[in-house]
Amino acid sequence: MGVATYIKDKKDAIKEVILQSGIKVKPVYTPDDLEEIGFDYQKDLGDAGEFPFTRSIHPLGFRSRNWTTRQYTGFGTPEETNERFKLMISHGQTGLNVAFDLPTQMGYDSDDEMAEGEVGRVGMAVDSLRDFEIAFKDIQLNRIGSGLTINAVASVMLAMYQSVAEGFGYQKTEISATPQNDILKEIVGRGAWIYPVEPAVRLIGDTIEYAMKELPRCNPVSVCGYHIRESGCTPSQEISYAFMIAFAYIDNVVARGYRAEEFVGSFSFNLNIYGNLWETVAKFRAARKLWAKLLRDRYGVQDKKALFLRGIFGGGGSGMTKQQPENNIMRGAYYALAAALSGAQTTALCSFDEAYTIPTERAALLSLRTFQILMDEIGLRDTVDPLAGSYFMETLTKQMEEKILEEMEKVEKMGGMVEAVASGYVQREVGRQAYEFEKKIQSGEITKVGVNKYTEGVDMEVELHEYNDEWAKLQIDRLRKLRQERDNTAVSQSLKALEQAARQKENVMPYLVDCCKAYATVGEMANVFRDVFGQYREPGIF
Amino acid sequence: MEKRKIRVLLAKPGLDGHDRGAKVVALAMREAGMEVIYTGLHQTVASIVNQAVQEDVDVIGLSIMSGAHIPICIKLMGMIKEQGLDNKLVAVGGVIPNKDVPTLKGMGVQGIFPGGSYFNDIVSFIETHAPGR
Repeated sequence: MGVATYIKDKKDAIKEVILQSGIKVKPVYTPDDLEEIGFDYQKDLGDAGEFPFTRSIHPLGFRSRNWTTRQYTGFGTPEETNERFKLMISHGQTGLNVAFDLPTQMGYDSDDEMAEGEVGRVGMAVDSLRDFEIAFKDIQLNRIGSGLTINAVASVMLAMYQSVAEGFGYQKTEISATPQNDILKEIVGRGAWIYPVEPAVRLIGDTIEYAMKELPRCNPVSVCGYHIRESGCTPSQEISYAFMIAFAYIDNVVARGYRAEEFVGSFSFNLNIYGNLWETVAKFRAARKLWAKLLRDRYGVQDKKALFLRGIFGGGGSGMTKQQPENNIMRGAYYALAAALSGAQTTALCSFDEAYTIPTERAALLSLRTFQILMDEIGLRDTVDPLAGSYFMETLTKQMEEKILEEMEKVEKMGGMVEAVASGYVQREVGRQAYEFEKKIQSGEITKVGVNKYTEGVDMEVELHEYNDEWAKLQIDRLRKLRQERDNTAVSQSLKALEQAARQKENVMPYLVDCCKAYATVGEMANVFRDVFGQYREPGIF
Repeated sequence: MEKRKIRVLLAKPGLDGHDRGAKVVALAMREAGMEVIYTGLHQTVASIVNQAVQEDVDVIGLSIMSGAHIPICIKLMGMIKEQGLDNKLVAVGGVIPNKDVPTLKGMGVQGIFPGGSYFNDIVSFIETHAPGR
């Protein structure tokens, strides 16, 4: 029966394939499968660029518009980072994706006790506007868009980005920044949280409201299923949680008296690629379709552009292995292929050395070249959504859609994402999935090449990005000098005004811009919020 | 008489918030019959040592993904010596390049488990090396 009879060596036959999202894959798909799911071209797909956008949000896909490549970049001091930015741009990179070090992400100045050993390590250190002036020097901020990987203090960094651009003579209406600004996913998966959930979500609402009025080309939120998937959830859960998180932010702004239609078009998503190729492509197609439908049905959004699921689809670090690291180059190429087949607007890849440390220049360039080969050499730009109509792909897309809705309903029943996170449900579920998956890798049930199969061979050593202790010293010196040189009366006045706004639940963004322009430090601004809001406490999740 | 269960403090020192590794290892240790106390995120070294004393653990396991394992371990091992806790078994996991292994061993970190380490190896290492075994 089945495939096994056609294979000479029966021990090599694959008897059962169950995707991580829990969907069984059949060895062969036929027109009967499409009939069974009631496949309807107009209803399920629509033309590219037409509702429900399953195929693409653009009518001509990559033909009319190549994707933006944004390798995650930043380390050491702003000077080092500025050099790497320029290098990547000179090699054809079309957007920036700024990595901040952990003290910056956690709202500590470089000379804070908590920052010790971490300054400039996993990203660039930013203490004040002075650092942004160096990092973005000679970058055309009206032409190059910047992703800012910052969450707990995203409001601060968005204000700082506006401040640096205005200082360089750009209008705030022409700059494009995408701060990550997704605190719920930090609580679930990435851990860079500071404030309790309620005021943290309010800060996100402030940035959305402010961007709607003042920064029309900025995308104030990038909802990150990516990190929740990195933390272990399944591909379908990644979308379920991302959508439920997005609803939490939308609801916050709607409660201020706006219609979702007025601002939701500025949302973007950061979603993950690793694991099964087909499941990945189906996930993105299902997600595009569901997002449009849910926004229409739940929030009455009509404007076509506001229904687009736009995003950065990036190769996930969890797919990369420490063992036989050069294999990660191949993995990266396949993840990039998945991004292309999925119609990504923006892409980034974890570089092959990232299971060790942040990427070297060589590794980062190799990732960029991977994208360029796909788009310019192999023909991935030629036609929109090339897998459309496949018996298998359409069946799988439909099944993914059902799985996504299933988990969304569970969260919905708990009262939404804020409640599901506060109770620890999502964290527990993600941890459980991570454990189950890891056990399957360790038992060999799931194959990982070079890890649990084909492990023989030379253990390849890779050249590593080296951390330089001098960076912390330089950064701290600059910070101390700044504190002496700046107008400290103006600084304390601006911080006082910020505190008052935070207490009175006014939108804090204009006050943050004033603080940034007075050269208040990230730590000083973050501490104002610490005083007013307090700090988040993790629920017990075991 | 039944042996006391091995008690492990699993800690996330510093600012790094990536806790997938810590959580799966915690679940694996628990399944292997150990008592696991998880500190949660953003712990200072002082608070980790403090909790190790309070909870009277046999093993201190650190999970570090940011690359700051050397400065953190120097601080921890110093504080452990200061407080006369030399008998505790210390292990570290996370993003640890091979070249750092001798440095860590040199300062007294006995177990080093980079990403992709097998649960079985971690569990049997602890069962063999935990004090009093």
